[in-house]
Amino acid sequence: MSLPSPRPAPQQPPRDLPRLMTTPPILAMTGISRRFGDVVALQDVSATVYPGEVLGIVGESGSGKSTLLRMMNLEDSPDSGDYRLAIPGAAGNLFDLDRYRRRMLCARHVGIVYQNPHLGLLMGHSSSGNVAERLLIAGERRFAVLGGRAREALDASEFPLERIDARPIELSGGMQQRVQLAKAIALEPALLLLDEPTTGLDVSVQALVLDTLKRLQRDRAITMVLVSHDLGVIRTMADRVMVMRRGRVVEEGLADQIFQDPQHPYTQALVHAKL
Amino acid sequence: MTALGELTRPWQAMSYGFLDPSAKREMRRAMLKAVAVPGCQIPYASREVPMARGWGTGGLQVTLTLVNPGSVVKVIDQGADDSVNAVSIRQFVQKVAGARGTWDTQEATILQSRHRIPEEKLREDQILVLQVPNPEPLRPVQPNMSLARQMHADADYGRLWLVLYEQVVRSGRIMQGASYPALVNGRHVMTPSPIPRWDLPKLDMARHLTLLSAGREKRIFAVPPFTRVQPLAFDDIPFRVEDHASLVCHRSGVAGFFMNEIPQPDGSARHELSDSHFGIKAIRRSEGEAVEIGETWYRNGAVT
Repeated sequence: MSLPSPRPAPQQPPRDLPRLMTTPPILAMTGISRRFGDVVALQDVSATVYPGEVLGIVGESGSGKSTLLRMMNLEDSPDSGDYRLAIPGAAGNLFDLDRYRRRMLCARHVGIVYQNPHLGLLMGHSSSGNVAERLLIAGERRFAVLGGRAREALDASEFPLERIDARPIELSGGMQQRVQLAKAIALEPALLLLDEPTTGLDVSVQALVLDTLKRLQRDRAITMVLVSHDLGVIRTMADRVMVMRRGRVVEEGLADQIFQDPQHPYTQALVHAKL
Repeated sequence: MTALGELTRPWQAMSYGFLDPSAKREMRRAMLKAVAVPGCQIPYASREVPMARGWGTGGLQVTLTLVNPGSVVKVIDQGADDSVNAVSIRQFVQKVAGARGTWDTQEATILQSRHRIPEEKLREDQILVLQVPNPEPLRPVQPNMSLARQMHADADYGRLWLVLYEQVVRSGRIMQGASYPALVNGRHVMTPSPIPRWDLPKLDMARHLTLLSAGREKRIFAVPPFTRVQPLAFDDIPFRVEDHASLVCHRSGVAGFFMNEIPQPDGSARHELSDSHFGIKAIRRSEGEAVEIGETWYRNGAVT
């Protein structure tokens, strides 16, 4: 009776480099500056976002975080700066594109949720119609597909489907944000921009919307850029955090690092004020 | 020394065709631009004519600019040649331009129309002038005209499709009756004046030039000959014209054309041909007269 030969020692798999180090960023912004008259909105701001991560941008009102997000959505151009997205059909500095190309690029590949639902939604049209419009702009002309995909997107953003034909103006704030979210994810964008998506909602609804966002992020690995002045929201959602003040990035790092061990005096004040 | 009198034209009660030469020159320039960019709305000054805005002043200015002593003018009002509006416009053009008036589509060289395109096919040598109350297809979805023009520039017509989408969601079919939006030459969406859906296929690859003019809104646009005019429709819900194929005209006995519904005292309805002179010709022919009826766009209720 022979002893079973000893199992070969499990081979150590070669240690992979962290994904952040191997994957190229999906969004790369460098040296963005923007002035509105005498006001410096952004001063030499750079940002990178990697596929599948959530970048949180915090800062006080007027720190330039919304301006930066508007630039990411190509709604505004900086005085100087370079913006690249790693998506098909978007080569070179995107700020060099004309209005039409910008609009088509953003409609297809970038989703945005505004703080104010009036900016993102057509209030006179039904909720499903609002989502369908995105698909129509992208060139979908089959009615059955439009209806089906609108329903799917609204369902994914946990919108109550019995209210699918209600106009957003008749809906509550939380539901309006869900319609915006459905509209933003309908085309499965490479990048989802969230501009204070939960500001103005009460705490319980805020938690529900954040839940939805979190689940979407987990299920679909959507790359998100989340702008908020609410550290709680950023802490719940973000993998990496950028702290902005007076148009500059004062600190950048992993979320835990920023919240546990803030380096910059402004970040310290911000974190301590919250906790 | 040249006297001032030798340099000026002799006094006239009015210029030929009512509009002064500079007004007609401006109209012609706007028309050429409109033909060059099919479906694009071109602004023009829209002069005063002795008629209230909204009664066809846009169409009248185009007609007055195009007319010459050899022209034969037909004016249609909802398909009829004998309504007050049609008669007074036709008489006015005859008076100020010395042109001949007619009821016959075959004979006319300039056809000014409100709400209808004749049932008989138009030829290369004929010009159709449509009176347009609202030239902007985007107005229902974008009340801000500056933004609407940007949307035209971007070919951003998603919201027009959205309106159709919601009609289908709500009612199960597209409810838009008249002024059905159509894509011209694959680029600009136009609203083809309040013609019924029935008349829209007549504009597609037509042999004649169509000029659409809105006097109050001061906009002119055109569908040149042999230009694609595609009604907006979903791939799986095709564009449909009105279900008039089976209706029979109670006066001429003709079937398969666009009909007017005439309610009867007992609650029922009778139908008669909307294109009144086409009906008259059909009746005359059935009574044995040798009347020439041209080829029609529709045959047995279907587009040929």
